[in-house]
Amino acid sequence: MSRGASEDLEPDANPGGGPAVAPDVGQAAVPDAGPDTSPLPEAPAAVEVRGATREFPADAGSTSALAGVDLAVGEGELVSLIGPSGCGKSTLLRLIADLDTPTSGTVAVFGKTPAQARADQDYGIVFQEAGLLPWRSVQANVELPMQLHGEPAVTRRTRAQSLLALVGLADFAGHRPHQLSGGMQQRVAIARALARSPRLLLMDEPFGALDELTRERMQTELLNLRAATGAAVVFVTHSIQEAVYLSDRVVVLSPRPGRVVDTVEVALGDPAERAQSGGALRGDRAFFELTSAVREALHASGRATATT
Amino acid sequence: MAGAAGVLLLGFGWEGYKAAAPDDGLVLGGVRVLPRTTDAAMPHLWDLAASAGEPVSSAAGAPPLWLVTLRGAGSSLVLATAGWVCGVLVGLLLAVVMARLARARAVLLPWVVLSQVVPLIAVAPLVARPDSADGQPWVPVVAIASYLAFFPVSIGALRGFTAPDDDRGGLYVDLFRSFGVGWWSGFWRLRLPASVPYLLPALRLAAANAVAGTIVAEVYTGLPGGLGRLIVDFGASAAADPARQWSPLLGAILVGLATTLVLAGAATGLRRYRPGEAR
Ligand SMILES: Nc1ncnc2c1ncn2[C@@H]1O[C@H](COP(=O)(O)OP(=O)(O)OP(=O)(O)O)[C@@H](O)[C@H]1O
Ligand SMILES: [Mg+2]
Repeated sequence: MSRGASEDLEPDANPGGGPAVAPDVGQAAVPDAGPDTSPLPEAPAAVEVRGATREFPADAGSTSALAGVDLAVGEGELVSLIGPSGCGKSTLLRLIADLDTPTSGTVAVFGKTPAQARADQDYGIVFQEAGLLPWRSVQANVELPMQLHGEPAVTRRTRAQSLLALVGLADFAGHRPHQLSGGMQQRVAIARALARSPRLLLMDEPFGALDELTRERMQTELLNLRAATGAAVVFVTHSIQEAVYLSDRVVVLSPRPGRVVDTVEVALGDPAERAQSGGALRGDRAFFELTSAVREALHASGRATATT
Repeated sequence: MAGAAGVLLLGFGWEGYKAAAPDDGLVLGGVRVLPRTTDAAMPHLWDLAASAGEPVSSAAGAPPLWLVTLRGAGSSLVLATAGWVCGVLVGLLLAVVMARLARARAVLLPWVVLSQVVPLIAVAPLVARPDSADGQPWVPVVAIASYLAFFPVSIGALRGFTAPDDDRGGLYVDLFRSFGVGWWSGFWRLRLPASVPYLLPALRLAAANAVAGTIVAEVYTGLPGGLGRLIVDFGASAAADPARQWSPLLGAILVGLATTLVLAGAATGLRRYRPGEAR
């Protein structure tokens, strides 16, 4: 149990405990876990996808969801996947999570097979729907993965409480999921995904169902979480702004069958800095240029596919 | 409160109908559409009450009818409960096997359904040969009750155990898979709790089936002590005392009420797992 940097996170990292953002959450705890930390040469990448193809057999022909996707995500890096609906973003994420297997090509997670990485609990996953168990309290939901892996009750409780503090829900530990707003439920889901200290977080449109304001607040919280945990993130989104605001790299996929058509490097400073500048950053010229670049790449991919 | 009002209303309905309808009921085109209201067919409520206080036989020290009925109801309740427990266990076991192994489901499910197509009247002689002297006389009664009780449980529990597969596009199943634990962990932490809304009505159905099965089996085997035997005995002397025939019926209602109350209590205890409360 000494895998993730998040092991170091302080239980009282967010002393207020309220839903408000604590800008420098846990930063001191992990001084060198910024995204700029280039992975050591011998350390395997968090995710390494090579020529991944996924076809879904159907009665009439087969649907090709992915056609030869290459993707590399370094330790501690946040990479966004963006592309038109149905281009295979979720499929790609499910391949990494070992919830699905590629028709051809290879997927490696920390140099292992996805099945091994899943067994080792190397990743945590968050879906568009929070997927909390309605009969469990918020805290019991966060404890679930730890309970399933037989961690002692005391460890579970302290860790769940510190995670809930980290996502600003310390006061809601005893609530039931249906008593929480959508944004709060999604925070619980994120806390649950972090429960086993994964070094990789897989997120499939985690903020897709939230209103704009909550969404922006959650994005800033995610930046803080990254600063605190140092985990790599693969983040699927439809929002160009969201992709640019959060990512070190934005990977643009073509319409179905998905393939990588462009990669936009985002150099807007480390997550903690971005979180602190918050709203200001979104008004920046650099930010605007990056979103334009991503938008341009998306449109170009659409045209390219339309003409071929 | 509402229950008491319902009973009162039923009483008024009974006496009201008896007073208003013709003695011979209503016969349309040779078919009796309304029952006869003669004292033999529908005794006055006060006659029923009076007969409840009378001893069941002329023998000295014979217990009053109400006591005999109550004992009969108790005896039937015990057998029905035993049948229910056996049926529930078998039903749950079948459901777990069918939920775990798709192949077992394909093989077992048709047989489970077929088992209920066979009328009880055809099964009873196989299970309960009145001439067989071996074993306890109550065993066939419990066997028949559980035979009727296991069915709704196996179907309801299977539906419940597999509910997470369809819930939100398999979101919960994917989630548990991502946790990297085996099927049984997922069963205890996800499938079993998720099955409660399906399980509770199935358990109620099973209870009703177990009570009905017990009484029918008691009638068939003539097992002494239960309501089924009272039906047989009082039916034989119906001409002498028509009111008595109604007492096993009231006894059966009592048994039904008891099981309903217990299961309502269980449902209250499990309300955290029921969607109305949870989502
Ligand atoms: N289980 C499945 N069976 C058959 N086809 C599937 C399955 N899952 C996905 N597909 C197909 O694969 C393609 C990609 O689906 P996927 O869900 O990965 O898209 P997406 O990029 O996540 O879309 P969205 O942005 O709308 O979530 C779609 O055309 C879809 O119909
Ligand atoms: Mg998707």
